[in-house]
Amino acid sequence: MKYLSEFRDGRRARMLAAEIGRIVTRPWSIMEVCGGQTHSIIRNGIDQLLPNGVEMIHGPGCPVCVTPLEVIDKALAIAALRNVIFCSFGDMLRVPGSRDDLFKVKGAGADVRVVYSPLDALKIARDNPAREVVFLAIGFETTAPANAMAVKLAKQQSLENFSMLVSHVLVPPAIEAIMNAPGNRVQAFLAAGHVCCVTGYASYPSIASRYRVPIVVTGFEPLDILEGIRRVVRQLELGEARVENAYERVVTEAGNVAAQKVLREVFAETDRTWRGIGTIPRSGWRLSDAYLDFDAEHRFDVADITTHESPLCRSGDVLKGAIKPHDCAAFGKECTPRSPLGATMVSSEGACAAYFNYGRFSRSER
Amino acid sequence: MCLAVPGRVERIYDADGTPMGKLNFGGVVKDVCLAYLPDIGVGDYAIVHVGFAISQIDERSALETLRTFAELGILQEGLDELREKQDESAES
Ligand code: SF4
Repeated sequence: MKYLSEFRDGRRARMLAAEIGRIVTRPWSIMEVCGGQTHSIIRNGIDQLLPNGVEMIHGPGCPVCVTPLEVIDKALAIAALRNVIFCSFGDMLRVPGSRDDLFKVKGAGADVRVVYSPLDALKIARDNPAREVVFLAIGFETTAPANAMAVKLAKQQSLENFSMLVSHVLVPPAIEAIMNAPGNRVQAFLAAGHVCCVTGYASYPSIASRYRVPIVVTGFEPLDILEGIRRVVRQLELGEARVENAYERVVTEAGNVAAQKVLREVFAETDRTWRGIGTIPRSGWRLSDAYLDFDAEHRFDVADITTHESPLCRSGDVLKGAIKPHDCAAFGKECTPRSPLGATMVSSEGACAAYFNYGRFSRSER
Repeated sequence: MCLAVPGRVERIYDADGTPMGKLNFGGVVKDVCLAYLPDIGVGDYAIVHVGFAISQIDERSALETLRTFAELGILQEGLDELREKQDESAES
């Protein structure tokens, strides 16, 4: 496939890794923020190709993993209501809530439907005017333009039976929270390429200089990731802390201006709780006041929810890069992709699932 | 959710005032909303997330990145491969 296979070649990957080995003189800890990149790194064994001492810390950029438990519980409560058709991306179905997951609620008779795009949920609303159609709108800046357009169209088309349960999260505030955390080990970031193709990266230079941390906008294919790592290692070795774009074929500094305009209209910044991590100020989007009529939290009374997280699960430490998945005592025992205790074992972008699926059961298999 | 692969625009159409496209992902054709890429044309490649095209691939930059790798003594053959594929798609 064009623009894909050229960036997947194994021999070239090994040569890029050798180049990194040539320039590195000290150990460095680099965080890839995005779960898609975590998946690619583990699937392609990039962590194993890297010279000793260059460690990849897996960041919190899996939207499924960080969606707060309270939102999952609200989703479950709304989905169970009579007359509701509850629409979600497929990877949310097995995410454990306090008691159930969407899959079990569906098994118990709720009308839960997997959609590929929020526009599919709009169509379901149009086709079922007598039912309430609720869409679980989660994700980073990458999925936000799609969800924003869905609700914008719903308003234009006066689709009164459509609403969204919104829990969007934003990358730059998370990067700052990681740098501010006590005991932080991260010395450089691979910024998520597809987040940046929406937002651009004009906000990153101030973060790079404030925290003296190199940030390189990076793609998802093996060679893209290795090139991102090569560039941050070069900066680290030279004592630099700049923003570079290693994914120029997809990302521009300004980002997608048309999408940003709709995002500003539909969403407003809000404090957001990240599952396993805690509340990060101004790190999320909610629906703006102009769109509150389409907010499922306003439309359905699901206020009295008490959450309960598995006491065994250490996904918060995994998401913060404090431990690797196989350091969790439940990993591969009580917790597997078939019966996950935490969201990081559910999503293909979750670090626990990636480690399980690609056989990283101990440190030695780094 | 965030693993997006490039798709090639095969046809552009209108659905109730919203610009849409048929995009080909290595043989699988999907309907994609083009509202955020108003200038994209047939034959162009785009990155798509949950049914929305959010970025058009810049051919020149793609070649330049491959050239950077080549300069590292890595992959002259990569450029040749890309050129061959371009010739193929130009022929087809
Ligand atoms: S292995 Fe399971 S229990 Fe342990 S941190 Fe990961 S998701 Fe939580």
